[in-house]
Amino acid sequence: MTLSGAAASTLPGAQAPPQGPVTGQPRLSWLRRLMGSEDARRLLSCVLGLLVLAVMTGPEGSASAPLSGFTGSLFHLRALVFIGLGFVLWAVITLRRRFGERARQASDWVSSAPRRLVTNRQARYGIYLALLAFAVVYPMVLSQFWQNVLVDQIGIYVLLALGLNVVVGYAGLLDLGYIAFYALGAYSAAYWTGALAVHPPITLNPFWAIPLAILAAMLAGVVLGAPTLRLRGDYLAIVTLGFGEIIQIVATNLQGVTGGASGPASVIPHFSVHVLGVHYRWGLADLPYYYLLLGFVVIVLVVFHSLENSRVGRAWTAIREDEIAAESAGINVLKYKVLAFSIGASTSGFAGMLWASQVGYIDSTLFTVQLSILVLVLVIFGGMGSLPGAVVGAAVLQWFPWFLRVHPLFGFQQQDLFIYLGALLIVMMIFRPEGLLPSRRRKREIGLAEHGIGTADAMSEPGGEP
Amino acid sequence: MTLLRLIDLEVRYGAIRALQDVNVDVSEGEIVALLGANGAGKTTTLRTISGLARPVKGSVQFAGREIHRLPPHEVVGLGIGHAPEGRRIFPQMSVLENLEMGAYRRRGDLHQDTERVYSLFPVLKQRRRQDGGTLSGGEQQMLAIGRALMSAPRLLLLDEPSMGLAPLVVETIFSIISEIRKTGTTILLVEQNAAQALALADRAYVLENGRVVMADKARTLLNNERVRAAYLGEGAA
Ligand SMILES: Nc1ncnc2c1ncn2[C@@H]1O[C@H](COP(=O)(O)OP(=O)(O)O)[C@@H](O)[C@H]1O
Ligand SMILES: [Mg+2]
Repeated sequence: MTLSGAAASTLPGAQAPPQGPVTGQPRLSWLRRLMGSEDARRLLSCVLGLLVLAVMTGPEGSASAPLSGFTGSLFHLRALVFIGLGFVLWAVITLRRRFGERARQASDWVSSAPRRLVTNRQARYGIYLALLAFAVVYPMVLSQFWQNVLVDQIGIYVLLALGLNVVVGYAGLLDLGYIAFYALGAYSAAYWTGALAVHPPITLNPFWAIPLAILAAMLAGVVLGAPTLRLRGDYLAIVTLGFGEIIQIVATNLQGVTGGASGPASVIPHFSVHVLGVHYRWGLADLPYYYLLLGFVVIVLVVFHSLENSRVGRAWTAIREDEIAAESAGINVLKYKVLAFSIGASTSGFAGMLWASQVGYIDSTLFTVQLSILVLVLVIFGGMGSLPGAVVGAAVLQWFPWFLRVHPLFGFQQQDLFIYLGALLIVMMIFRPEGLLPSRRRKREIGLAEHGIGTADAMSEPGGEP
Repeated sequence: MTLLRLIDLEVRYGAIRALQDVNVDVSEGEIVALLGANGAGKTTTLRTISGLARPVKGSVQFAGREIHRLPPHEVVGLGIGHAPEGRRIFPQMSVLENLEMGAYRRRGDLHQDTERVYSLFPVLKQRRRQDGGTLSGGEQQMLAIGRALMSAPRLLLLDEPSMGLAPLVVETIFSIISEIRKTGTTILLVEQNAAQALALADRAYVLENGRVVMADKARTLLNNERVRAAYLGEGAA
């Protein structure tokens, strides 16, 4: 669509739009000279790109005044703001090209500061503990609105991003149907707690449904992954994309079971524990759910961190870098791919089941492909293959739209979210392709790929006949 | 004793028949060269041995056992190390990590094995903390061979180790290959560089369009008219 076209031309070094038929018209020679300058072409691309963004996110036209969406966007103060942003973008790109090496060094120096300052283990654990303490205490002072955002929008998505990070970041597999497993988890929760029209053999408390929801998602991951992951590269993306659609369509059409687009008739119960005389119910309040989620996120972080640094993690790295070489080195590639894929699937299912039980209601319209793409964006934004990246990336990107909703800067509207996300990713690919907080290895991979050594992209097959 | 035996092998890529009626024997302790022009099927032969390609006909026997239905990681476990065409080292892993990946299926202390590789390729020891992708072409080839050796193979498959390297570096690599043989490792060497391969090998096979057209002692082939004309750049091209 228009966005990608305009955005592509804002990339540094991209060709400017073809010049008009100015030959033989000396009046326009100044224009030709101007457009002959790379800086001028880039400036034009930046400003036009931002103007397109302004129009796409501006007011909508109506049937009686179809052009009002256009004019209302351009002849408005907001357009000036976007033009200004275009200038800023241009200035930053130009400066970076001029002082590129130094700029890169400076940004590396800043981003590696924590690593340099905190060299010993104890200090690092101290910082983790401090961050954890902050995560425990700070939400208490938040308003109810933000506590709710923290659970529904941030906590759940941090968990989702952590799971997809294993698939995309560790093993280098492109999963575009990730939300299908989230849906499976959510519907498993609904089924086992007796909320669906079809009743389970025994109705369970959501807590005991957790392992069953995880199991369902994991099984789906294995069943889908085992045949597909034998094939190379892009097939997985296509099959998972299709799977995501299928799950949503099935959930919609199996009205008698799932309630379809209007959801099951009864409410999915909240969590509760009744063990050894302790009785606790998670009710409507958000904070208890937040702590539950925080606990799970910490557990997942610890598990994934040790996986990353284990034999399994090294096998994933090898597969990501060169699948054939990994195979020749004696790694059971299929096994480790299926493992990564189903770990991701079960994390997604787990998140889905937590969310279903917290909100109490699900319907088939919630599990869109867009949501899969969103989680992928969170992982890419945070830095593929990096646990801190997945957490911070998801938290920042999920928090910011809500911040903008409360403080509508630049006339932000929620419906335009994906347009902004697209623009953000493009800008990020220019300035920081490795993501916000990249893992050290991923950063090297992208750095080397820019110098033409190896592939940072695990989906493509490197090598071949020279 | 015959270590590796390819019997009536036929391999296809879709409609393309890459190998047909290929019979090759490799005895324990030998260096056997597999020669042929580009596209003759040399790489396909090695890929079939290590399980990366499946034959539609015939069989691969290693140490008296049929292996052509096994997946590559199991073939490695049986003692076949493969330094693939184009080197294919892990560019973002350090030299040491690359070597460790080669021993992925083995557990326990690898110190002795890495030291053995370092003694064959001292330059790898110097560069052990450097990323594989930053090595020179010759060093990458050494790393690829070293990584294959880390699985402690009985049979080492080398696919064009001289490809794209300067003559002096090729010299070094070939002399190391004969060192490796002295340690008791059998070698199947694929080369386009026929002169040097024949100088090193005990026996050789010549492939043309997926078929074995000649098989003999290396010395005999070196003096063969047809071989000289077609592969040693002598006579009418
Ligand atoms: N992946 C592939 N797909 C289709 N055809 C292939 C593939 N790999 C090799 N071939 C074909 O098989 C034949 C043998 O190739 P190869 O074994 O690579 O030859 P060599 O290593 O001797 O140069 C060639 O005709 C080549 O084009
Ligand atoms: Mg070849």
